[in-house]
Amino acid sequence: MTTVLTTPESVRELLAALAERQMAAGETPGAPAPDPVNLPMIRHWTAAMGDRNPVYTDEEFAARSVHGGIVAPPAMAQVWTMPGLGGERSPTPVDDVLAALDEHGFTGVVATNCEQTYHRYLRPGDRLVPATRMTGFAGPKRTALGEGYFVTWEVTWYASGEAVNSMVFRVLKFRPRERKSQPGIRKSYPLRPAVNRDTEFFWEGVRKGELRIQRCARCGELRHPPGPMCPRCRSADRTHVTASGVGTVYSYVVHHHPPVPGRETPFVVAVVELPEGVRIVGNVVDCRYEEVGIGMPVRVAYRRMDEDLILPMWVPRES
Amino acid sequence: MTIASAIAGIGATEFSKRSGRSELQLAAEAVFRALDDAGLPPSEVDGLVTYSQDANQEIAVARETGIGELSFFSRIPYGGGAACATVQQAAMAIATRQASTVVCYRAFNERSGRRFGQPDATIGGEPSSQGLEMSWHVPYGLMTPAAWVAMFARRYMHTYGAGSEDFGRVAVAMRKHAATNPAAWFYKRPITLEEHQASRWIVEPLHLLDCCQESDGAVALVITSLDRARDLRHSPALIAAATQGAGAGQMMMTSYYRDDMTGLPEMSVVGRKLWEMSGMSPSDIQTAILYDHFTPFVLPQLEELGFCPRGEAKDFIADGGIELDGPLPVNPHGGQLGEAYIHGMNGIAEAVRQIRGTAVNQIKNARNVLVTAGTGVPTSALILTTP
Ligand SMILES: [Zn+2]
Repeated sequence: MTTVLTTPESVRELLAALAERQMAAGETPGAPAPDPVNLPMIRHWTAAMGDRNPVYTDEEFAARSVHGGIVAPPAMAQVWTMPGLGGERSPTPVDDVLAALDEHGFTGVVATNCEQTYHRYLRPGDRLVPATRMTGFAGPKRTALGEGYFVTWEVTWYASGEAVNSMVFRVLKFRPRERKSQPGIRKSYPLRPAVNRDTEFFWEGVRKGELRIQRCARCGELRHPPGPMCPRCRSADRTHVTASGVGTVYSYVVHHHPPVPGRETPFVVAVVELPEGVRIVGNVVDCRYEEVGIGMPVRVAYRRMDEDLILPMWVPRES
Repeated sequence: MTIASAIAGIGATEFSKRSGRSELQLAAEAVFRALDDAGLPPSEVDGLVTYSQDANQEIAVARETGIGELSFFSRIPYGGGAACATVQQAAMAIATRQASTVVCYRAFNERSGRRFGQPDATIGGEPSSQGLEMSWHVPYGLMTPAAWVAMFARRYMHTYGAGSEDFGRVAVAMRKHAATNPAAWFYKRPITLEEHQASRWIVEPLHLLDCCQESDGAVALVITSLDRARDLRHSPALIAAATQGAGAGQMMMTSYYRDDMTGLPEMSVVGRKLWEMSGMSPSDIQTAILYDHFTPFVLPQLEELGFCPRGEAKDFIADGGIELDGPLPVNPHGGQLGEAYIHGMNGIAEAVRQIRGTAVNQIKNARNVLVTAGTGVPTSALILTTP
């Protein structure tokens, strides 16, 4: 079996290769603007921005100006093709790169640059189509916010095939600094088992430091997980035995992602086979996760999770 | 089945990460498309079937689509494991005259809404039989689908000498198929085995690229009698067999207490039934749609269904066995790893396209197509055939 660990280098290479590919993909057109450039929208925008220049809204004034008619404020470039409330953004070559950064923990985002170029004024009736290409990828860089990557893309807006506006946009995607948990505050462990009359004996045993296995009082069959009936002889009379507390790892996983409430990653969960003949699931603790393997001898250890809950876990045992 | 039935219509929304619409709207859109595909008006529908974890009630879908009166409705348990069971129940309803035309659907915002891949601290909380079952695992943080599958995968690797690359080859093949499917999320985005190996750990031994995506979208199917289907727009996809299966000692994703942890006994149950009902054998199948929410379970599916001997799926796959030009092309549309994760329903739609001869990655002479549903849970499967 070969396993390759995810190292910072491999992440760097992966991201660089993805960025390279997305940059090579060139320009990807987006959805055309839902409406042509129009006076009502210009009026809303200038009112909201407090721009009183009459060349944007007053037809008579605009007709006498150098423009010879209404023009849209150049800074509205991006407005015409925004998806609107609840609308769906068209996919761009940048999406995969941003998603990959998120997946590798660079979840913070801050816009660092926005430069717009206006090739000509837009006039009512122009219908814009945006197109996006990714133009830059740099990092990892140490910044005041944390380690991150700069991603740059350029959007060009076309009207009837003519490039009318463009915008270079850059963001920093960074790994947020981890917040230290406050000491002295013991929270209630969030992952609580449901317990009922059929399983209460097990948890009572755990509280007393016993690993209990259900045993049929009639035919002697051992069973874990327990249940109300003996599927072998139909008896509902049940008792339990206390297991020796040793076992071997039958299978296991190392949980890295996503974060699990009440747990620090990575952590190991194993199916442990007991010499009594049943299997039970629990965490393997007190060793590095790289040391865990199938066949590893373990013994039970009880860990208090909060005021009310103790869980049986497994620690390495000399064979 | 006394009255043979067929899939006469398929419909889907686009597959995305953010649909921007409610799940009910997605359901209605897919239902309309499936009915239009069949050439039937909503008023002809008298049955609706979906499966658990769908947020859209059958009666709500009926209201939105103007279906009107219903004489049959059903919701099948165990999430993705029920995908093919929707078709089975539709066929049973038609065979027993409970309904004449049944629509099966799945619609969700599984990426932009509630994400199934994320831990839910409450799943072990209720002392129901399922809550108690979960309570042997959730307190230890074993609570995501990837982790549940990883536990089986590790044992499979140990027993058969399989490696992470053997799972990776499944992902590479699915992404290769999706790369030429314009409906796929990963259209034109193939991956290499090196990229699979370099992708970060989710739950060892599963890398990120062993896990299928999360998707927003909907798929619907129209099922009616074969006789009726013959008069409709497309050549019918005859339901040669459809069945459900649970294994002995079955649990929801955590059947770790059975003698063996390397197989999928529930898939063996449906497999045996499929061959018995259809009179076919594995060599009669030209292409298979195997449930691929996580790569490792594709291997035991090939084994349980008899496409290769136990423990040899890794060699079958390494030899190109599941690729488009291999002996058993698997998921020509790219599967859930490549196209979209619509809990198996998009795979049934692909099977119909293969039977019609209209798939983008069409398999030559695809006369019989086998489809499976969710693995690790009680499952279902079907075989579609050219009538
Ligand atoms: Zn007994």
